[in-house]
Amino acid sequence: MKIIVAIKQVPERDAPVRINASAKWIDESNLQYAMNEPDAYALEEALRLKEQSGGEVIVISVGPERVGSTIREALAKGADRAIHVACDNLSDRDALGVARLLAAAIQPENPDLVLTGLQSEDLGQGQTGVILAELLGLPHATLILQVEKTETGLKVKRELEEGWFQFIELPTPAVLTIQSGGNKLRYATLMGIKRAKTKEVRQLNAAELAVDAAPVVTLEKITLPKKQKTTQMLPGTPQEAAAALVEKLKFEARVL
Amino acid sequence: MSILAVLESSAGRIRNISWEALGAARHLGKLTNQEVTAAVIGAQTESLAAEVAAKHSGQIVRVEHPLLARYTADGFVLALHQFIQNESPTQVVFPHTYQVRDYAPALACRFGQPLIGDVVAIGEGPVFTRQLMQGRLNGDYRPTGNAPCFISVQAGAFRAETSESGADTVTTFTPTIDPAQIRTKPGEPFRASAQTVNLGSAQRIVSVGRGIKDANNLPLVQELAAALGAELAASRPICDNGWLPMERQVGSSGQTVSPKLYLAVGISGAIQHLVGMKGSQCVVAINKDPDAPIFEVADYGIAGDLFDVVPALTEAIKAAKQ
Repeated sequence: MKIIVAIKQVPERDAPVRINASAKWIDESNLQYAMNEPDAYALEEALRLKEQSGGEVIVISVGPERVGSTIREALAKGADRAIHVACDNLSDRDALGVARLLAAAIQPENPDLVLTGLQSEDLGQGQTGVILAELLGLPHATLILQVEKTETGLKVKRELEEGWFQFIELPTPAVLTIQSGGNKLRYATLMGIKRAKTKEVRQLNAAELAVDAAPVVTLEKITLPKKQKTTQMLPGTPQEAAAALVEKLKFEARVL
Repeated sequence: MSILAVLESSAGRIRNISWEALGAARHLGKLTNQEVTAAVIGAQTESLAAEVAAKHSGQIVRVEHPLLARYTADGFVLALHQFIQNESPTQVVFPHTYQVRDYAPALACRFGQPLIGDVVAIGEGPVFTRQLMQGRLNGDYRPTGNAPCFISVQAGAFRAETSESGADTVTTFTPTIDPAQIRTKPGEPFRASAQTVNLGSAQRIVSVGRGIKDANNLPLVQELAAALGAELAASRPICDNGWLPMERQVGSSGQTVSPKLYLAVGISGAIQHLVGMKGSQCVVAINKDPDAPIFEVADYGIAGDLFDVVPALTEAIKAAKQ
C-alpha cells in the first residue's frame, strides 16, 4: 500500500502561548514546536501497515521552513520520503484552505490510503481528514484505533462516545483519521536519524498549487478565556497549601 | 431566512446535546432575527419529530430515507446536502458529537465552507467563539463568505431551551440516495469489555494526567486516593500509554463523572477532559502551570510541583482523619 500521512507541526504542549500584538494570532517568537501527537499516532499506524504488508509511507506537511524539523522526525521514525508544502501564512487560511493545499499535493501521488490525526493540538478543528476525503472523492472513517487490510479494502475499528466502538469496512483508496492510543508510539533510532538525512523531501510552494486561498471564515480575535468559576489559589509551601486545602475541603466545601 | 438545527438521536431518542444545539440555534435566531427550523434524520423519524414538537414551536422537518437507518457519513452528507440546498438556511447548527465530526466537515465542504466546530459562545455579528491551544485561549471566528455557514456547539456550552411547545408544521423531506453511493459498511456498536469500575457513581475521584510523567510514579496518587477513600481516574494520555485501564478514563471518549470532589493532579484541562468532569460539585486542581485551563473550572487550586504537593496532601488528609 502507498500510504500518505498528513502531519502538522504545533507549539509544544507545555509551551507558554501568548497572544501577539495584532490579537489575531499567537506570539511565535521563542516558541518551541513539535509533531502534533495525534498525527504521530497516524504515522505509527502507517509504519505498522507497511511493516505488515509492504509499500511506501510518505509524509506531507504544510507550513513555513521550521516544519522541516518535524518532517525529519517522521523520516527518522521510518517514513520513506516527504512532501513539504511551503506556506508562510498558514494562520490566514481556514481549515478548508489548508485541506485544499494538502489535497492538491496528494492527488498526483494516487495513494491507497491517506492518514492523519483526528485533530490538531493547537487549533483543534478536527476537520482536515474529513475535508480531504471530500476533496479527493474518497470514502473515510474517523477516530480510528485499528486498521486491518482485507481482500476488498480495509476493516477499521472506530471509537464511539462513552466507551463504545464499531467496526467499519470500506474500500481503498480511503482516508482515515487516527485516534490516539491504538498503538504505542515508536522513537526514532540513531540509525533512523542518520538515514533520514538522505531521504527525499520534495518542496512544493503553496502559491504554485493554484488553490483558492481566500478564507470564508476568519479568526478575528484571540482572547484569554473567562474564568467559569472563582478559583481560590492556595499559596505557600506544599505543606502549607496542603493543610489549607484540607481545611477548605472540610469546612467550606464540606466534601471531606 | 432561517436557521437550521440538525438534531442527533441515539437509540430512538433525541440526545441531550441536541437540545443544547437547538438552544444555541434559538440564541443565534434572537441575535439575527431569524426563525429556527429543527431537522431530524433517519429511516423512521416520526417519534423523533413528535419528541421535538413537544419542545419546539417552529418548523420541524423529517429528513427520512430507508438508507439512513444506520449512520454513515456518505448517507448523511448526501441527504443533508440535498435538504440544505432545498431549504437555503443562513446557518446550520449541529451538536459537536463524534458523529457530527465525522460528516459535517464534508457536508460543509460541499458548500465551499469549513465547519466552525466546537463553538462555546455566539456573539453579535454573529461571531462564533471556539477554544484554541487546548483551552488556553479563545478564538472569535467570523464567517465572511456566502451562506450557509456551518456551526457545531460544544456539550454544556448552551442551555437546552426546551420550554416552547406546539409545533407549527412537521414536513418530510425525502432525499434521493442510491445504495452504491454509500461506500462504507458500518458494524454494530459494541463495548470493549464489561465495565468493572463505575466512576459515574463515585463520590470522590482523584484523577491523574500527563504531569505524573511515568507509570512508576502512580503510587503517589494511589496513596492520595486511598487516603481520601476516592476512586482513581485519569485523562486520556495515561490510558493511551497503558498506565491505567481505559475504563478509568474521564472525558469525551471515557466516562462522564459528577462526584462531590474531583481532584485533578497534573491534568492541564483540555476540553476533551473537561466535558467529562465539569459536573463535579467541588473541583481541586494541582498543576505546575498556573495558566493551565484546569484552573478555570477549579474551586481550589495549588500551583506547584505535584511531586511535592501530593505527598504533603496525603499526609494532611491522614492527619485530619485522626
